[in-house]
Amino acid sequence: MSAPTLDAPRSRRQLTKNNFELNAWLFMRISGVVLIILVLGHLLIMNILDGGVHRINFAFVAGRWASPFWQIWDLLMLWLAMIHGCNGLRTIINDYASKEGTRLTLKGLLYCATVLVIALGTLVIFTFDPSIS
Amino acid sequence: MAKSATGTLYRGHDGMWSWVAHRITGVLVFFFLLVHVTDTALVRISPEAYNDALELYKTPLVNLMEVGLVGAVLYHALNGVRIILSDFWAKGPKYQKSMLRSIIVVWLVVMIPGAYFMLLRTFQTLFGASS
Repeated sequence: MSAPTLDAPRSRRQLTKNNFELNAWLFMRISGVVLIILVLGHLLIMNILDGGVHRINFAFVAGRWASPFWQIWDLLMLWLAMIHGCNGLRTIINDYASKEGTRLTLKGLLYCATVLVIALGTLVIFTFDPSIS
Repeated sequence: MAKSATGTLYRGHDGMWSWVAHRITGVLVFFFLLVHVTDTALVRISPEAYNDALELYKTPLVNLMEVGLVGAVLYHALNGVRIILSDFWAKGPKYQKSMLRSIIVVWLVVMIPGAYFMLLRTFQTLFGASS
């Protein structure tokens, strides 16, 4: 393993090719604010109000997804939360996995899991059938 | 080392611990999300499959873990607001310590009644008369 290279003090900074990290940083803050409403609202309804988790079953889900309002709420929450979490874990992997191979493997797994879960959740919201048996 | 690890450095103070807690709660919530989307996907298989999975969420142990989950999400949300204010509000960095104290107070004020309502049914089933 090679030691990390550091630029000489006061050396000219290399211009970055794009603003990916700045955009990712900004995304965390914007999505974070939206998720506060979406996720805390979701937790309040699902876990605290009116019996919480004990009243949730298939019929309860069917009743909620009959309304486009909750479909869009859940869809937006799914995408924002997964991308927000994926970027958070990407930062943590970059911080703690010092071996190139480990870092690439962990990030590969992370991106696969994220894409898979977003795809699964989106499919379920759009193809939900209340009369399935 | 002993001197440099204390003093005015960021290391070891509220700023560091709030950051550590932000990371831990974030990772926990992300992994729960993977499980939660998958269990909800059971609605595409059959109502029975989904209802069976939901029964697990209603057991006392998992119910207690849900309180932990809500607590983790709430901390992450409140500290997220503190981070945003530290970044974008000119006086944010100056007040970051008082903001940390405030979010701990808000966390307690929400979590105490929140945990009560979340665990009420579990306590009734475990210790109360059958209803």
